[in-house]
Amino acid sequence: MQDAVLAMLAKQPAHGYHLHALLRRALGPLGESMNRGQIYVTLSRAERAGLVVCERTEGLPERPERKVYALTAAGHQRVAAWLAEVGRPKPDLAEFHLKLFAAAAARLADPVELVAAQRRELLRRLREAHQAALAEPAGSGAGLLLEGVVLRLQADLRWLESCERAWSTVDDEAEDG
Amino acid sequence: MNEPNAVLRARGLTRTHGQGQSRVLAVDEVSLDVPQGQTLAVTGPSGCGKSTLLHLLGGLERPTGGEVWVAGRRVDTLSERALARLRRRSVGFVFQSFHLVEELSAAENVELPALLAGRSRRQARRRAGLLLDRVGLAERARHLPSQLSGGQRQRVAIARALVNDPLVVLADEPTGNLDSAATLEVLRIFEELRAGGQTLVIVTHDDRVAATADRLISMRDGMFVDDTWLAGAHPRGLGGLIGLEG
Repeated sequence: MQDAVLAMLAKQPAHGYHLHALLRRALGPLGESMNRGQIYVTLSRAERAGLVVCERTEGLPERPERKVYALTAAGHQRVAAWLAEVGRPKPDLAEFHLKLFAAAAARLADPVELVAAQRRELLRRLREAHQAALAEPAGSGAGLLLEGVVLRLQADLRWLESCERAWSTVDDEAEDG
Repeated sequence: MNEPNAVLRARGLTRTHGQGQSRVLAVDEVSLDVPQGQTLAVTGPSGCGKSTLLHLLGGLERPTGGEVWVAGRRVDTLSERALARLRRRSVGFVFQSFHLVEELSAAENVELPALLAGRSRRQARRRAGLLLDRVGLAERARHLPSQLSGGQRQRVAIARALVNDPLVVLADEPTGNLDSAATLEVLRIFEELRAGGQTLVIVTHDDRVAATADRLISMRDGMFVDDTWLAGAHPRGLGGLIGLEG
């Protein structure tokens, strides 16, 4: 989140509320839960870290909405590094995979049941993302993001199918033996 | 267990295929209530019995055991004639391979079941015009199926399924032959139907299609192994989908 906020300051200094509006527009319905306060907190952290400086409007009482933020040289460097960075896959796949192994090894829970519960959760999210995607007008930026969310969830669900197949056979073999 | 307003009800529904050694239990004693206005998706690997279940619910196949009720009326014991009338008037079918009459135009395909159900030519034509407009094909009404894309053909088939105001629409892999853009078109129409309170049962192996439903049943080896309610907003809100906590 901090990186994205900083990147939006790369072109020119801006008020916190302007950054909030930009993020909201880029995220569409996905950004509805984002508060302006989160942006101010992010900005004041970045200020303490020397990534932004804040210019106050003269003669007015000090309030967050009156501050204009600008990137420092360190801030510009940070944004360049962020843009050049290749995102790594999230660790949650490996974590879930290890959870299934641990559950089976310790006989704490049935891995097939864990997979089913995970699947239900992902399907609920898929339903939400799909409905939000349908509600977006064609060509909207948020629609594009939602399409990405939908495709990722579909990929995760396919992987869960493989997990289910694999762990069901482990079960059968154990019973046969 | 007994839903007073169930449009579809099954009790101990069973269907076997084949004889002797090669006898297969396609559907194995399943029970189900689908209330008015619900969209239900049934998923599972191929051969799990989901299509057979749909055929049994819509009276396209007869069960080997158990009962099927449509809007409070027992249908597995009906005569062939009465069953054909039920299929025409109360159930709308959508198939994977569209099943349109190739010699008839889009509009005529939609009109056909209305005429068979005893409506006048004028009524049938008006109703077909309305429905083709609703699925976004008003301009293609005079086209033959061969002049339409797969997605357009399936939209004609959906209009046809709706022409007699069915109590329930049963769709068997409705997007199985469609690319992702055409799939979205069909899902958009299903979403409108859902919002309009149409009872809908969709058999699919596509998770995105399944996720459009209010409720999801998973089948394995002819049995229901999971029955999940999908509707209702996520507690963390949409932002939770991308890791922005609300």
